[in-house]
Amino acid sequence: MAQATSPPDLTRETAEPTARRYSVDAAGLGRWRAGAFAAPALLLITVFLVFPALWVLYLGLTDYRLTGTAAADPKVVGLDNFLSALGEPTFWNSTWLTVQFVLGSAVIGQVGLGFAIAWLLRDKRGPLKRIVEGLVILAWILPSAVVSFLWVALLDADGGTLNALLGTGDYAWLLDHPMLSIIVFNTWRGTAFSMMLYGAALGNVPPSHLESARLAGASGWQQLRDVVFPHIKGHILTNLLLISLWTFNDFTPFMITAGGPDGKSEVLAVHVYKVALQSGQLGYGAAVSTVILLINLVVAVFYLRLLRSKK
Amino acid sequence: MTRFVLGRIGFYTLIAVLLAFFTIPLLWLASAPLTSDPTYEVRVPDFTFDNFQAILEHPYALPSLYNSLLLSVGTALLVVALSALAAYALSRVRLPGRDALLYALLLLSSIITGTAAMVPLFQLAVELGLIDSQLGLILILSGGLLPAAIFMLKDFMDSTPKSYEESARVFGASPLQIVAHVVVPLVRPGLATIAVWAVANVWGNFLMPYLLLSDVEKQPAAVIMYTLYTEGGQANLRLLSTFGLLYSVPVVLMYLFVSKKYGFRFHGGIKR
Repeated sequence: MAQATSPPDLTRETAEPTARRYSVDAAGLGRWRAGAFAAPALLLITVFLVFPALWVLYLGLTDYRLTGTAAADPKVVGLDNFLSALGEPTFWNSTWLTVQFVLGSAVIGQVGLGFAIAWLLRDKRGPLKRIVEGLVILAWILPSAVVSFLWVALLDADGGTLNALLGTGDYAWLLDHPMLSIIVFNTWRGTAFSMMLYGAALGNVPPSHLESARLAGASGWQQLRDVVFPHIKGHILTNLLLISLWTFNDFTPFMITAGGPDGKSEVLAVHVYKVALQSGQLGYGAAVSTVILLINLVVAVFYLRLLRSKK
Repeated sequence: MTRFVLGRIGFYTLIAVLLAFFTIPLLWLASAPLTSDPTYEVRVPDFTFDNFQAILEHPYALPSLYNSLLLSVGTALLVVALSALAAYALSRVRLPGRDALLYALLLLSSIITGTAAMVPLFQLAVELGLIDSQLGLILILSGGLLPAAIFMLKDFMDSTPKSYEESARVFGASPLQIVAHVVVPLVRPGLATIAVWAVANVWGNFLMPYLLLSDVEKQPAAVIMYTLYTEGGQANLRLLSTFGLLYSVPVVLMYLFVSKKYGFRFHGGIKR
């Protein structure tokens, strides 16, 4: 409905520039009332989103602690927190685990599996497609506390379903392979988004191009490389940036392994929680948060530039 | 011919592996709540409803679902109301710096995540006395969701026709009347999308309530679920499975409703 009426509107606006203001501000809000309309939302955003982001930058420069003398009277210590983070093996351990987590579960797992499912089902219709897609989406929409426990149950050493299926006795997956466990879990959890995105993208590849490639004798892989990838390059990049950002900031691993055993699955999101709120080193935790913010900023700016260039 | 047959076999093998991978973790949630003495192993249930009885008697289970409802509906209402007003103003009036503001909002909402902001948000809640306050949590959650909501709604408002508003104005309606009686009915699908998106987001959110609500009577289902399987001693699997199922059902119903009504095409933004 909206689509049908907007083109005439546009032509009228360009033809008659003086009428434009009136037709855009159709209800006659004016700037003051418009400002008042936007104010409550902007206030909440400022207090609970912008201010915390700025405050984390400041906190990272102090020796603030949850308890003790530094809690009552925090001192600015400059870049000490950042310097001690750089010399701290646990920080590097967490960074390295996060790289593994993002590469393994988002870039390889979700993108690979999501694309594979979309490709396998690209020209299928009917119940099979609906069942597969439905299950993949179910894994994505269930509350994270529930799916976390389902995986704890699945991987349990004492009677977990995975051991029963593989006949591996009482193998403790979460203790012996905590990183592998959360990587496979997150692949399972998040594939739906990539699957849907690639499903939509593959629908935009002109069938005639694929048809002529097939007639010219191109193999499945050649069709993918020469016909499909050039068409969906933009989608792949968008998808990679978004899911990397989400995976990087994901706190769900905490609910499965709590970072353990011995910090072996302590990705940065969990690391911040542990140092800041469990050990009470708020200043140091804020410094690590600042690092996370900066990495997010780089990814997000890159993503928004991409969106703009497309428009 | 053999190539075709091999291709078929390969295709169905892959589909079978995929189905197994995505189904096996979920089986337990379907079978254990109906089993009288569930273990971690998936078994054919004996279709008892005793476990649901046990949930009714648990002191925190049902109240936590109510808390989840309160938090998600409260946040959704606040986000819809405030983002609709802001999006309408930004869509119709060229406020100075509007485009930069919208760009900044989108950027902020994607970089300031719960993970990056947990330390200052916790501090802020302590300073403002918002620890253990459900209203405080609603405000904090709304602040996080509003930028993306304004952005999505503004796109929506841009594409609605302005002629109705013009005619209402000709007949002497005030701006607030125009918004309430003309604009809101026009953008109702957009508002519904934002509401569902906000409810889904808050319903599943674990980190913020876990940080900011320490009183068990105020905690939502996500935190109670986590406490149930991590607290000391033998996990009560009857309780956990049944509670997990009850907690999941609303999400699934909402998904079915949305996909039936609009077709499930959220394209990003649904999860942060």
